[in-house]
Amino acid sequence: MSNETSVEAASALAVETLGLTRHFGAVTAVDQLDLTIAPRSIFGLLGPNGAGKTTTIKILTTMLAPSSGTARVAGLDVLKNPVQTRKVIGYVSQMLSADGALTGYENLLLFARIYGIPRRERKARIADALEFMGLSESGNVLVRNYSGGMIRRLEIAQSMLHRPLVLFLDEPTVGLDPVARHAVWQHLRELRERFGTTILMTTHDMEEADRLCENIAIMHHGRVAAIGSPESLKKQVGPEADLNDVFVHFAGGSLDDGQGYRESVRIRRTARRLG
Amino acid sequence: MAKAIGKALESGAPRAAWDNQSAPAAFLRATLALADVEVRKLRRDPTELLTRAIQPALWLLIFGQVFAHLKSIPTGSLDYLSFMVPGILAQSVLFIAIFYGISVIWERDLGILQKLLVSPAPRSALVLGKALSAGVRGLAQGIIIYALALLLRIHLDFSIGHVAGVIGFIILGSAVFSTFSLAVACIVKTRERFMGIGQVLTMPLFFASNAIYPIAGMPGWMRVVANVNPLSYQVDALRSLMVRGGQPVFGVGFDAIVLLLILTGLVLLTARLYPNVVQ
Repeated sequence: MSNETSVEAASALAVETLGLTRHFGAVTAVDQLDLTIAPRSIFGLLGPNGAGKTTTIKILTTMLAPSSGTARVAGLDVLKNPVQTRKVIGYVSQMLSADGALTGYENLLLFARIYGIPRRERKARIADALEFMGLSESGNVLVRNYSGGMIRRLEIAQSMLHRPLVLFLDEPTVGLDPVARHAVWQHLRELRERFGTTILMTTHDMEEADRLCENIAIMHHGRVAAIGSPESLKKQVGPEADLNDVFVHFAGGSLDDGQGYRESVRIRRTARRLG
Repeated sequence: MAKAIGKALESGAPRAAWDNQSAPAAFLRATLALADVEVRKLRRDPTELLTRAIQPALWLLIFGQVFAHLKSIPTGSLDYLSFMVPGILAQSVLFIAIFYGISVIWERDLGILQKLLVSPAPRSALVLGKALSAGVRGLAQGIIIYALALLLRIHLDFSIGHVAGVIGFIILGSAVFSTFSLAVACIVKTRERFMGIGQVLTMPLFFASNAIYPIAGMPGWMRVVANVNPLSYQVDALRSLMVRGGQPVFGVGFDAIVLLLILTGLVLLTARLYPNVVQ
């Protein structure tokens, strides 16, 4: 990365989309989405299944091209500069994506190499990542013997090895028990404090959105139906309102047609692996 | 806010090492990292290797013995079993490689592929890394075939140059067919469809080649197919390198060039198709 782009990346909004749209055949998954996210914040993307959250993340992480509109991440245009963008982002998928046939250390080693972290720094970075995520004791254990919460923490460690400016997480605590969930939240907060990372996550968990995210956007039919801090949104809906009420208010509260067969299969598979 | 991120940058945090790394070095590093994962897995759980040994053993012991006995296939100066052993090596490498593409579907379902695609590693490095991983599996298969061939008292050529050549052509052949398989997987995207296609492909690739009989003995139309079949070039080279007295038909150098060109084309094509799997 040239100096120019790092300066650009450092001084820009973490995420900025303008008229972002993505069609799948006749379906419009993301519809003229305008979204800005301030650097160093923890931002939650909420919405019913099929509201366009995952598609938005796929576009922002350069996995999917938009049909129209623009998206910038850390000041970099994801369409024009996909490779530069990939250098400054991290991604944790909804699925349990650590490789069970490898140890925690090996999982990190693979990504340290993929991200080109020099040999002399690798060991220290990996040891630091394991310690930071509370996995030092389990570094040499095969990941298939990890608990769901440990796997999730390992994946976050994996995504942070190269110190991304913006970290994307797709439902990071789905399927975790309350203790594991709180541990993940705590690690995400510490991560932001330590590295100044902007965190953009999708979630279905209102408690998570309320307690972890400073700002949230509720997506509905591919658009932002409401955006603001959980507090301000609750006030908008009513004096006694909680985030569930906010969600129902802005997302219609209908049981949505959204999630397709493939997505359901995937979610259930993840849930099963978490045991 | 902007200042905050600027400060984080200054503290050395979000600055990674790719800044001072040349593109070929990054490409090579990512490719080898992926192949290394395969070596580690194989070392940890080698049971699969034993089950993979059964099929080539049956080919050599049953099919090979019968045809050696019949003496119906003109194999020049080589006896039939010696002629066939390199073909069976190529076959067992092919059978692993041609189904290797399913791993990309599998990794998509696990979310591993998404993480790789979001990384700055070039797509072609991801593809070539997979191809080399298949090569690692192919080499393990090679050891088994050598052991079987020794049991059958085939005169193998153990000179360093020839063994190194065999290693090279096993990796090259595995890489060609696994990349082809990855391309198919990127197009069909589901396991079920992929398995169906894999089954359909193995038969003609194997039988329309010089693996178990010379191309010269084929009817005209099949000779054409065998001459464009990459497996023929792999077998041709293996036959002249692996067994004593083996002669190439096309020439080892020509075989290498053909396979390298096909591999380059397939890697470039598959690198373009790769992101399709997650869409």
